[in-house]
Amino acid sequence: MPAPMVLVRDVVNRFGEQVVHDGVSFEVHAGEIFGIVGGSGSGKSVLLKTMLGLRRPDAGTVELETRDITAMSERELREVKRRYGVTFQHGALFTSLSVAENITIPVVEVLDLDEASLRALVELRLRMVGLPLEAAAKYPAQLSGGMVKRVALARALALDPSILFLDEPTAGLDPIAATAFDDLILYLRDTLALTIVMVTHDLDTLMRTCDRVAVLVDGKVIVDTLEKIVAYDHPWIRHYFHGARGRALGVRGEDSRGT
Amino acid sequence: MQFTAQYDPAAARLELAGDCQMEDASALVGRLGEVRSSPPLTLHIGLTRAELRDIGPAWLLYRVIAELRGRGIAVEIDGRTPEHFAYFDELLKREAGAWTPLAAPTLEQRLAGVWRGLAERFRSWYESMVYGGRLIESAAVAWHSLKRLRIPSVVRHMHETGVQAIPVVAVIAMLISVISAYIGAQQLRPFGAEIFTVDLVAIGVLRELGVLLTAIMVAGRTGSAYAAELGVMKLNDEVDALESMGMNPYEVLVLPRVVALVLVMPLLTIVANAMGLAGGAILTGYLIDLPFAQFVARLDAAIAPTTFWAGLVKAPVFGLLIALTGTLRGLQVRESSRELGRLTTVAVVQSIFLVILADALFAIFFLEIDF
Repeated sequence: MPAPMVLVRDVVNRFGEQVVHDGVSFEVHAGEIFGIVGGSGSGKSVLLKTMLGLRRPDAGTVELETRDITAMSERELREVKRRYGVTFQHGALFTSLSVAENITIPVVEVLDLDEASLRALVELRLRMVGLPLEAAAKYPAQLSGGMVKRVALARALALDPSILFLDEPTAGLDPIAATAFDDLILYLRDTLALTIVMVTHDLDTLMRTCDRVAVLVDGKVIVDTLEKIVAYDHPWIRHYFHGARGRALGVRGEDSRGT
Repeated sequence: MQFTAQYDPAAARLELAGDCQMEDASALVGRLGEVRSSPPLTLHIGLTRAELRDIGPAWLLYRVIAELRGRGIAVEIDGRTPEHFAYFDELLKREAGAWTPLAAPTLEQRLAGVWRGLAERFRSWYESMVYGGRLIESAAVAWHSLKRLRIPSVVRHMHETGVQAIPVVAVIAMLISVISAYIGAQQLRPFGAEIFTVDLVAIGVLRELGVLLTAIMVAGRTGSAYAAELGVMKLNDEVDALESMGMNPYEVLVLPRVVALVLVMPLLTIVANAMGLAGGAILTGYLIDLPFAQFVARLDAAIAPTTFWAGLVKAPVFGLLIALTGTLRGLQVRESSRELGRLTTVAVVQSIFLVILADALFAIFFLEIDF
């Protein structure tokens, strides 16, 4: 079995007295779409930050592509950060830069390229995320919510990462845009063999895209395929997947992907 | 394996080898540039030893091949066609509209730009008037019912802009009076008139320096804070949220800040004056051996009853100018963080400018009425 792209082992995160993660372990395999769910305050964002190397855990290790990022110098970490792309919940586009500049900013930071090549790369990323090319000259304030998410994804893809981290990629999108975004994520995974880790509350997205799901409850994590998770006998999980919203989606515990 | 790219013009062959990652795009583009500047009739691209795993460099190669073929040059790929090329073919089939190049603006666009600039200026004036109107309206309401003047908020802002500013204002006032006493003593010594250093410091600090430096410090501290606070609230839709709850943002946000600063400025000025005179007393004692009792006696003779008031009456006016500029610019923030930075700067620069302008007008006015 090939080495996992992301390996989280016995991670403990504390804020003072409050223990957010009490020994969280899981691994994400190459080419997998891995969902992370949990209630508000269950530490999804803290876990994501730990995986990105933005926060050092109080105990435990995180490996990205077999390199332990918890025991790294800032310089080595910068090297690793080039290998992943991130989209943030609200897009986090730089409001004073145009879409094209937002997409090229990670590239010009690392590479010395001429204008024409940069433009070609902007065109590529825009086409990859399904945006019209005229969006390049626009500013983030002129974009709709769905477009902001796509530009954020285009920026995350700018350096050809092998791992993508998505924080609530479909939050705040209408169902049509959210479905289109799910399609896009699946398409990118299938064509580019990307490994994708996403934090999401969107049950539709979870069912359509994620191969496996990690549920954060009581500082621990339960990792399994969605159909098995749904069948778990845990009060919070039952509430989450079999509450009014879950039922409306017809969660029965059978595989609904690809149907 | 490390990526290498070599172009041999004699053999018309571009040879790529190794694992081409995004980091290698610069090297690849360099070689491609050589090919494009003097292309052969038939170009061979050797890919047998290369791995184009990353999509960015593969795309750059793909685009150059398409461009060369468009120019009538045969391009032959030795080895496996990179698998991403099929993906690119598919991408290009999808409709993506036209890229609008950022060409040099035409005359028409330039004129439109000038017009937009003018319109922006007019809008800024219009907003200032709306701002003035709504502020006067909420001030009038607050005048009639003290409940509508948010006392807790006013107190909070007085604390932040006043109490917390005392140390820096005190130090600045003391330093500036030390400077003027020092220069005064030095210039007056040849005339044997060192004793008038006291007059210089006392009148200078009380009439001008105390209030003016306090105003400049407050403009830098509070004017920028007002603009930035309101600007972030604007960007965050907090101002709209207030309005949607039926609360008047001018009453809740602007008026307490303005009132607080108008009240606080005279108090800060008194602190600055006291510290300025203290600094003068210490330095004259040190430079011209003037005992403290004599300093006080001389001070008493030097200043007219109006000297202190001539400085102090300006303080609330300066405070008003700073608060108005800061809050107005803050509320004008729209859309982006760059706007926020620009308008915060504008708030500080304009308020200092207005303070100095007002000070000049006061000076002329006081001279005319012999105050």
